[in-house]
Amino acid sequence: MTRAEIHGRLDLDRDTWDEIVAHARSDFPFEVCGLLAGRDGQIEQIYRVPNAARSMTYYSMDPQAMLHAFNDMDDHDLELIAIYHSHTHTEAFPSPTDVELATYPDAAYLICSLQHDEPHLRAFDIVDGRITERLVHLDGEPVTDPAADPA
Amino acid sequence: MSIEVRVPTVLRTHTDGEKRVTVEGATLAEAIDDLEARYPGLGDRLRDDEGNLARFVNVYVNDEDVRFLGGQQTELADGDQIAILPAVAGG
Repeated sequence: MTRAEIHGRLDLDRDTWDEIVAHARSDFPFEVCGLLAGRDGQIEQIYRVPNAARSMTYYSMDPQAMLHAFNDMDDHDLELIAIYHSHTHTEAFPSPTDVELATYPDAAYLICSLQHDEPHLRAFDIVDGRITERLVHLDGEPVTDPAADPA
Repeated sequence: MSIEVRVPTVLRTHTDGEKRVTVEGATLAEAIDDLEARYPGLGDRLRDDEGNLARFVNVYVNDEDVRFLGGQQTELADGDQIAILPAVAGG
């Protein structure tokens, strides 16, 4: 498993976690993507955004759906907390493309890997090409690596 | 001609934190020029080195992606709204 320096955390509740995993599985083997918004680091809203690329190795948020999500955040005074996407065949670590195209330095990049039976979620900050990890907490408890990840 | 521009959080360093700013222009190209004149650096974020719309920035007029309108030649009317969002993509 590829590691990065750990800085901070990302808190998810069980419903949000389940929703992301369900979304990721819904279009397997293609990558899915979406946005998490809320207040003070607490996630209140999930936006599933269609992957305009519908690819197994690439995602690109549908511009129209993405705008609607951001407008909705604006209307409800929610801030963007995280951008999530799935990796269907690789580990939950940012790919070179993820790093190259990361344009939201204030958001966490949450990756849901379906590489193994057990889904694996990890979160990162990607700023100026540098990756640091935010330890994902589920209902307040740090998430440990599933044993199924021998890499 | 007064055009409102919604500025995303990530670009508000150019506007002193303002969420919405006003520019003038009869076309999107003119509005981007005016945006650059008023908020140096911001207009340039929307174009590549050749002056084309940047590939990984979405620009919308009245919630329509300008790639499906007239690109930078898209005509603007008083009260139109421009929105800007860096694209979200990866691998």
